[in-house]
Amino acid sequence: MRLDLMYESFFKIVEGIPLTLQVVSISTILGIFLAVAVALMRISGSKLVSLPAYYFVYLIRGTPLLLQLYFVYYGLSQFEFIRESILWPLLKEPYWCGIITLTISTGAYSSEIIRGGILSVSKNYIEASGALGLSQAKTFMLVTLPITVRQALPAYGNELILMVKASSLISIVTLMEITGIARTIISKTYAPVEIFLVAGSIYLAINFIIVMFVSLAERRLGLEKAT
Amino acid sequence: MFDVFALGPTGWGDEMLMGAVMTVLVSTSSLLLGITIGIVFAACKLSNFFILRAIAEVYTTIIRGIPELLVIYLLFFGGSSAVMYLAKIFGYVGYIELNAFTIGTIAVGAISGAYSTEVIRGAVNSVPKGQFEVGKTLGLSGYSLYGKIIFPQVARIALPGIGNVWQITLKDTALISVTGLVEIMRQSRIAAGSTHEPFIFYTAAIILYLLITRLSNIFFDSAEKKYSKGYVSKEAL
Repeated sequence: MRLDLMYESFFKIVEGIPLTLQVVSISTILGIFLAVAVALMRISGSKLVSLPAYYFVYLIRGTPLLLQLYFVYYGLSQFEFIRESILWPLLKEPYWCGIITLTISTGAYSSEIIRGGILSVSKNYIEASGALGLSQAKTFMLVTLPITVRQALPAYGNELILMVKASSLISIVTLMEITGIARTIISKTYAPVEIFLVAGSIYLAINFIIVMFVSLAERRLGLEKAT
Repeated sequence: MFDVFALGPTGWGDEMLMGAVMTVLVSTSSLLLGITIGIVFAACKLSNFFILRAIAEVYTTIIRGIPELLVIYLLFFGGSSAVMYLAKIFGYVGYIELNAFTIGTIAVGAISGAYSTEVIRGAVNSVPKGQFEVGKTLGLSGYSLYGKIIFPQVARIALPGIGNVWQITLKDTALISVTGLVEIMRQSRIAAGSTHEPFIFYTAAIILYLLITRLSNIFFDSAEKKYSKGYVSKEAL
């Protein structure tokens, strides 16, 4: 075990943390909007609306993230019309391809979590708010949404951890985040175990902090048992 | 447009299919390794020894908390030297190189082992305590208790969970393509590079993965049905 090497590489790998956090937070926030939209489509009751959402989730959950990333980064750029479209300034950057892919992926996975949360809201609450004269929109905002957030939070915490892990894939399209830097140091120094321990601990620390925040939020929001 | 998928030396059809076969092979061997690891570590987690519980806890926490890609890099760059180090202890001095298939199986197997551990632990916990007590009252122990009474029940309960682990494992094998194993992902990269048709080949790869998913869903559903014979479903109660 080369401790000096671990000490040195720690400071190099730490420099990748901002990029990892940036990509994860941007795609998570964008992903929430996508997820809510897809979840609402799925429970809309109209086949025409819910089927496309179902197939979207099926497609994303059934294929590896790396393949989705390659598809967006290499596959789409093949076409002339995409290279001439207004989206090209985004699609030619590995950074934005990474964010787009991660957004789509987390959008699909979290839509299932949100759908489960919405479905777990008891019919009694909806009926009660109807009896109190709340409109449909108000019922959603004031009754369904808060309960859904509380119900979905534990599963969503897991999804956040999966996102941090998934963000490592963008290193394959040349982005130098934690895993990218670690990979470079490994091939220079040929000390896989040491670098693995350093980079792995950084990921564990990030995920530990996420777990703490999520359980704090769970406690703050109180235990709402939808029965 | 579909010329590129011709079979034989003129197209990439047979190469892509071989890639799919490789994906299925490496996923299957990883899943089997993962289930084996899962049984061992689930036993550790359920044991009365603090040390064993701690080891299993550390293993599942680490694997589930760090990116799969890092685990693959660790084994890809460090696997051969670790095996050579072990071989030296047993008196073999020489160069050993692990091939990409072995490294991939070990790496993805270790990952799927962590998920299997939780699935199997949950399944063992959901076997009613009475089953253990009755077995012991009948004077059974060891293999006849665990192998003949507990295991069949655990297997039935764990099956849907193992189906999920299979999905995760199948998708994780795409990451092994970075080590050079020619499975679907790697093969479509090669083909995309040489034909300059990335869109078509990545679409073909997507279809192959969805096809494998679909077929394995059918397999797991029928297995579940088969092993649930004689049990009343919860909905029927």
